[in-house]
Amino acid sequence: MGVVGVIGELMITVGVLVLLFLAWQLWWTDVVADRAQAAIVHDLQWQAPPDVTVPVAEKRTDDPPVEPTPQLGSVWATLYVPRFGDDYVRPVAEGVDKETVLDKLGVGRYPETQMPGQLGNFAIAGHRTTFGKPFTHIEKLKKGDAVVVRTATTWYVYKVTSHLIVYPDQVGVLSPVPDESTSVSAAPDDLSKRFLTMTSCHPRYWALQRYVVHGELAYWAPVSSGVPEELAGVDVSLGSGS
Amino acid sequence: MYAALWRVLPGPAWLKVIELLVLAGLVVAALFTWVFPAIEPFVPGTGQTVG
Repeated sequence: MGVVGVIGELMITVGVLVLLFLAWQLWWTDVVADRAQAAIVHDLQWQAPPDVTVPVAEKRTDDPPVEPTPQLGSVWATLYVPRFGDDYVRPVAEGVDKETVLDKLGVGRYPETQMPGQLGNFAIAGHRTTFGKPFTHIEKLKKGDAVVVRTATTWYVYKVTSHLIVYPDQVGVLSPVPDESTSVSAAPDDLSKRFLTMTSCHPRYWALQRYVVHGELAYWAPVSSGVPEELAGVDVSLGSGS
Repeated sequence: MYAALWRVLPGPAWLKVIELLVLAGLVVAALFTWVFPAIEPFVPGTGQTVG
């Protein structure tokens, strides 16, 4: 066996290793993360909303209750997006660190933004590919689509208003009044709206840019009052230990 | 390289095939468990956040 033969074998080996890495990244990370995130939601052991056969929760537009700021890396909410499927539910954790939150726990909240229901901007990030890809269908969201956040006690029902594609330095999308033209997070004195911002990578598999979806709070409801009508047909018993 | 591995493995041909399969399985398991997670942060293609 000559030197050329060994080089040939090494090149084939490298090729196989690259294919194996792609299989791991594009398939295995999803298998592991989907399983982990489903287990997290299941283990929340939250109280189920009453009588899920009557999917109507009281719609309230007064000042919503605001959760205390969670600890970094803790799971404190679940996310329902009917456009992503009736079985779609993901954990929402505190922080957007890739390794500890987005790769393992699912969706993460930008800690410098507001909590759900607060005046300002509740901003979350999630993978579009790999690691369970909670925002893989983010481009399917249309104006008016519901994005529902549930904490232990409260539903926050946001409606999508717009989407845009930005570069990663356009952090103005996270501002209390989102403004992609700025790269600083500036807060005006008088906030009047409750925004939602979702960010994920764009284009898929390349991620030079970010896909951003904005929404506004439509209403909130206590979990004890039922299930938001937007979630009719969605299995909301997940996470309630059933 | 692989010819040398074949010569080093003990037993008849059918046993060598089984040994190779086991070895390949161990290598893939080690790659999936330790190697790939370690190099993934340095591979471009994901990035979900702004800022």
